[in-house]
Amino acid sequence: MKLTVNGKEIEIEPQPGEMLAHLLRERLGLTGTKIACEEAECGACTVLVDNVPVLSCSYPAAKAANKQVLTIEGLAELNNPVSQSDHEFQLHPLQEEFIEHGAVQCGFCIPGQIMTSYALLQRNPHPSEEDIHQALKDTLCRCAGYPTITRAVQSAAAKLRGEPPLRPVLPPVVREGELTPPPYKVIGSKQARPDAVEKVTGKAKFTDDLKFPGMLHARVKRALVPHAILKRLDVTQARKLPGVVAVLTAQDIPGEKTHGLVIYDWPVMIGVGERVRYVGDAIAIIAAETREIATQALDLIVAEYDLLEVVADPVRARQPDAPQLHPNGNLLKHIKVRKGDVTHGFEDAEIILEHTFHTAITDHAFMEPECSIARPLPNGRMEIYVGSQIPYADRSQVARALGWEEERVRIVGQLMGGGFGGKEDIAGQIHAALLANATGRPVKLLFDRHESLLAHPKRHSTQIRVKMGAKRDGRLTAVETELYGDTGAYASLGEKVLTRATTHSSGPYDIPHTRADCYAMYTNNPPAGAFRGFGVTQSAFAIESMMDILAKELNLDPIELRRQNALRVGSITNTGQLLRESVGLLECINLVERELEKQAGQMEGASRTSRSYFQPRPVEGKPHLRRAWGFAVAYKNTGLGGGAPDKAGAEVELYEDGTLEVRTSSAELGQGLVTVLRMIVAEEFAIQPEKVRVLVMDTDLTPDGGPTTASRQTFVSGNAARFAAQSLRNALAASLAEKYDVPPAQIRFIEGLAQVNGHTLPLSEVAKILRSEGRTPRAYYEYWAPETKPLGEGGDMHFAFSFAAQAAEVEVNTLTGEVRVLKVISAIDVGRAINPLGLQGQFEGGIMMGIGNALTENFIVENGVVFTDRLARYRIPSIMLTPEITAIAVEHPASAGPYGAKGVGEIVSIPTTPAITNAIYNAVGVRIDHLPVDQEVIVKELT
Amino acid sequence: MSTWNTYYQAHSLEDAIAVLTQSPSNNQIIAGGTDLLLEIQQGRHPPAHTLVDITTIPELNRLEVTSAYLWIGSAVPLAKLITWQPLQQHCLALYEAINLIGGPQVRNVATLGGNVAHALPAADGAIALLALDATVWIASPENGRTIDSSQVNQSTPNNLPIEVGQVRLRNQPLLDCYAGPGKSTLSAGEILVAFQIPLRKDGESSAFRRVMRPQGVAIAIQNMAVWLHLEKDTIMDIRIALGPAGPKPLRAHFAEEKMRGQKLSQATLSEATAAILAEARFRTSPHRATAEYRQHLTSVLLNETLAHAEAGRR
Ligand SMILES: Cc1cc2nc3c(=O)[nH]c(=O)nc-3n(C[C@@H](O)[C@H](O)[C@H](O)COP(=O)(O)OP(=O)(O)OC[C@H]3O[C@@H](n4cnc5c(N)ncnc54)[C@H](O)[C@@H]3O)c2cc1C
Ligand code: FES
Ligand code: FES
Repeated sequence: MKLTVNGKEIEIEPQPGEMLAHLLRERLGLTGTKIACEEAECGACTVLVDNVPVLSCSYPAAKAANKQVLTIEGLAELNNPVSQSDHEFQLHPLQEEFIEHGAVQCGFCIPGQIMTSYALLQRNPHPSEEDIHQALKDTLCRCAGYPTITRAVQSAAAKLRGEPPLRPVLPPVVREGELTPPPYKVIGSKQARPDAVEKVTGKAKFTDDLKFPGMLHARVKRALVPHAILKRLDVTQARKLPGVVAVLTAQDIPGEKTHGLVIYDWPVMIGVGERVRYVGDAIAIIAAETREIATQALDLIVAEYDLLEVVADPVRARQPDAPQLHPNGNLLKHIKVRKGDVTHGFEDAEIILEHTFHTAITDHAFMEPECSIARPLPNGRMEIYVGSQIPYADRSQVARALGWEEERVRIVGQLMGGGFGGKEDIAGQIHAALLANATGRPVKLLFDRHESLLAHPKRHSTQIRVKMGAKRDGRLTAVETELYGDTGAYASLGEKVLTRATTHSSGPYDIPHTRADCYAMYTNNPPAGAFRGFGVTQSAFAIESMMDILAKELNLDPIELRRQNALRVGSITNTGQLLRESVGLLECINLVERELEKQAGQMEGASRTSRSYFQPRPVEGKPHLRRAWGFAVAYKNTGLGGGAPDKAGAEVELYEDGTLEVRTSSAELGQGLVTVLRMIVAEEFAIQPEKVRVLVMDTDLTPDGGPTTASRQTFVSGNAARFAAQSLRNALAASLAEKYDVPPAQIRFIEGLAQVNGHTLPLSEVAKILRSEGRTPRAYYEYWAPETKPLGEGGDMHFAFSFAAQAAEVEVNTLTGEVRVLKVISAIDVGRAINPLGLQGQFEGGIMMGIGNALTENFIVENGVVFTDRLARYRIPSIMLTPEITAIAVEHPASAGPYGAKGVGEIVSIPTTPAITNAIYNAVGVRIDHLPVDQEVIVKELT
Repeated sequence: MSTWNTYYQAHSLEDAIAVLTQSPSNNQIIAGGTDLLLEIQQGRHPPAHTLVDITTIPELNRLEVTSAYLWIGSAVPLAKLITWQPLQQHCLALYEAINLIGGPQVRNVATLGGNVAHALPAADGAIALLALDATVWIASPENGRTIDSSQVNQSTPNNLPIEVGQVRLRNQPLLDCYAGPGKSTLSAGEILVAFQIPLRKDGESSAFRRVMRPQGVAIAIQNMAVWLHLEKDTIMDIRIALGPAGPKPLRAHFAEEKMRGQKLSQATLSEATAAILAEARFRTSPHRATAEYRQHLTSVLLNETLAHAEAGRR
């Protein structure tokens, strides 16, 4: 058939069953078109066919015969009819404005967003916000910069009409006590991501976009039964299938047979006679010449099981007669937090309340499904190409399974289409490596969405009982919590996550007596591990709901109640930590309150007991709709804490062209760490950020940055980069001082120049001087975060906390129970707003994820079997759910943080859910104690 | 096993029917593929030998206003249908329903023919068509003359089979296409050609509403379409369709009967709701909705769609 792709006519025959996305990506090499679901749900694969957007993952290639296809790669070319050099080419206004407004985060959805928007602007040069929402209705972004995407499209539309573009929205910054902004040149300024241009043009390569000569394709045979003993396994037929190169089972693992981030309890494959603990357990792995052949071979593998009773929830798991899943039983850990004496505290109380809350399992649903490519090298080493949040942990786990020295394995980190905690554990890295080792050929192991949903660790579902005692004036006297956390089949980071859930379970409040017990239980559900919020999402929902219940019972104002009990400088947390600085919670509360009053059109200082925005308001002309605001606060640790050594290494090097490179293995998941690192180094040298390159996630080339988790990278790797930059600066100054015979203190670096005694020389010269002296202008710094204490020892369990207050306005339909979130106000104490454009994206994306957690997301497992095994069944928020967002950054600097910064990535999302459910209560009087909100339950309670 | 072997773009009804009726027998009609391809990929439908794309057949892409009917080709992409002025003017319910199906990418390929032939009891397009008293033109493999589209252009008499070309065209009520959930009555080689909908007259109006849930599959928990002929505030005639309320889309005949000749009042509505509940067979779908919730929504939707239709009458 003939078709025109990006203006070029081509002739190519469609293959049986071939979709357009496959033809574009695999046969024409146009990998800018992304595949995230292959079920017509997400829009990532959108291309234009004869000028209308279609989903290329579900569009038969043959149907494109004689048609015009336009992909993201063609869009920039449209503007550049004469081919120009790579650096000078012109972006389409949509591409420019996506960058300018910070709409590009991980970038995986961006080609689809831009193509869909392009089609809209072709038809409608004046799109309203509603038009844009309708057009992008089914084009999902999990980083969820929906407001910035909307503004980017509006801005591009303006540009195309010849009008001035819109200004990007940046969060206003409110500083503690300081009247003048701190004297930084780069920190706090608006900067584009270093990888943005690649991401808007489709040039950005994610793992599945890579191909190597001779590469095989792998698939994993999964048990698909939740609890059983594997009785028999026969792979002979699969091995015989032409095109199959290797089929491996547990007995073919040369090294250790288990992996894990903390405890090695997760079998690489289940062997005959061994126990299957969840549906995603691997029993065999296949490498074949094509993915289709590997898929066919899956069906030729015969497995027989002795089925066992399924342990379906953590409460059952703790019962003495429940089947025991691991040698040490079903209890992964009993986590205890004690402060004072709760018995005492409850005796002091004038009111005692108790309530139990349930949260659902949720999935990260990062847009880019997992993909690993293992590539054996002639020198006997193995390279793994993968988007991973912890490259060095991948390295050691792969090496362990191969039975190799760690140094023989190199993790070459790739761009990641979102992680959110879901790319910390091993996915396909080990399997790909085993197959590559066995075949001597590169092996790609790509999960489809179905497999991704089945296999990787989730957010823990929890049951949380809260007992709260208070004085009539609202002062908390005691809080007791009991948590059951479902950590699923394997430990993953379960213990750490549930520890965080437990230590945060009495909220950001100064309470004399607290007691918390958490039972982290193994079950036959998919494993649970890290997920943005790291357990605090769950416990914040419980405690913040409870605070509103208390306010109601005592007839107190919910804001006042929180203000009264809020942690502040001088408070002692429930783990016995004295907070000495950087506690911006009160300021966050006050700012949200002020904004609320402004938005509610109220005078400041109006009666605090009858704030009208917490009262239900009918909508004019629609008496069945009720609106109200709800309020919640939260805190979240920065860094690993709990006595874990928290360190990161970074290296900064100056090149002879005057550019700098900063290297660390920490991971860029889309959150914007690369921008932050670049800004930090630019700040230290007072040069333009564009002059700084960032290299991350390569275990050969970048020093260990530790795991990208716990909102720690800006703090830890940021500091490492900062100190590495400073020591390089000092080294350069020392050399120049020697050469020009001046004291080093007189040498200054500014605007890419070194100033020595009145005359200046460019950094490129400085680099040459050092190299001519036989020295490499490079500095390495290993940064160790302030020491922390294990839980139970008192003292500093964490070196910093971020704080947040949020208010959400909802509209509840009293007839159908449907809930819409209309507005959200969010104030976050981030210590220092290093990268405001990135921060805005985090604010918005965090709120959207909180909305998902409250309203849409429910990963359903029935007796160990996953029901939500497709994206169509597991809904993440679309642009249609975007509320009006007001974001305010609060700076209460942490003295040890880089320029005062602390973590942002998780706190932004944590208070959203309880703010929404509290608003629902305020609107219609229904207390949500199970997540997600079930509209049917609301109706039932109302009728 | 590939999802299909050959993708064939048919150029005429005869051509399509010829391919569909030749062996091997697992040849399958495809329009937009938004239902079919996912079903094959996910193993809910067997792979096809040849997919016969019928969207390239001119007759199926026609949109016409005859003196008494709208003729809507079954393979017109929904996105195109939405922009067709007469649709909004004559069949507001269908316009509203289609606007809610999928996102723009899906609507650029999905068709009304597929929405009906897929035979789900609560497909939005089908429910609207049912309330609008749409009939269906079906082509089947029989000898005869070639379709003369000028014939079709005159308001073709209802229920009269016409012999044309190598294919036979017949017209039948929409509901006759339904055998059960996901099962149509169409036999191999039968193709939905078009929907025929009476033009709107004075005093008539229609509306569509649905209730969704933000979790899980994005199909309606319940949807409803009404067509209403009011004179002053007396209901001269009414048609109510809803789903899922049984194995097929439900026409609420009992309720309609109760309402004809009545004033559009709260009392009439209550009676009508009771009549629907007596006729409908609501089921509990795990993780989606209980039968009780659906019963409750029936009254909500009836109130809303009727109010909306009333407001839209001319
Ligand atoms: C993301 C997404 C969202 C959706 N949302 C909705 C929604 O909100 N509401 C809703 O109702 N639906 C929804 N759908 C389903 C939907 O797109 C349709 O039902 C669509 O109208 C089917 O049309 P199609 O042309 O794609 O059918 P196809 O998938 O091509 O065909 C469906 C079936 O009909 C048969 N068929 C098709 N055309 C004919 C014909 N002319 N004659 C005889 N048989 C024929 C095919 O053989 C097949 O068995 C959604 C789908 C997706 C992917
Ligand atoms: S819609 Fe095509 S990949 Fe998701
Ligand atoms: S930028 Fe949209 S998914 Fe990450």
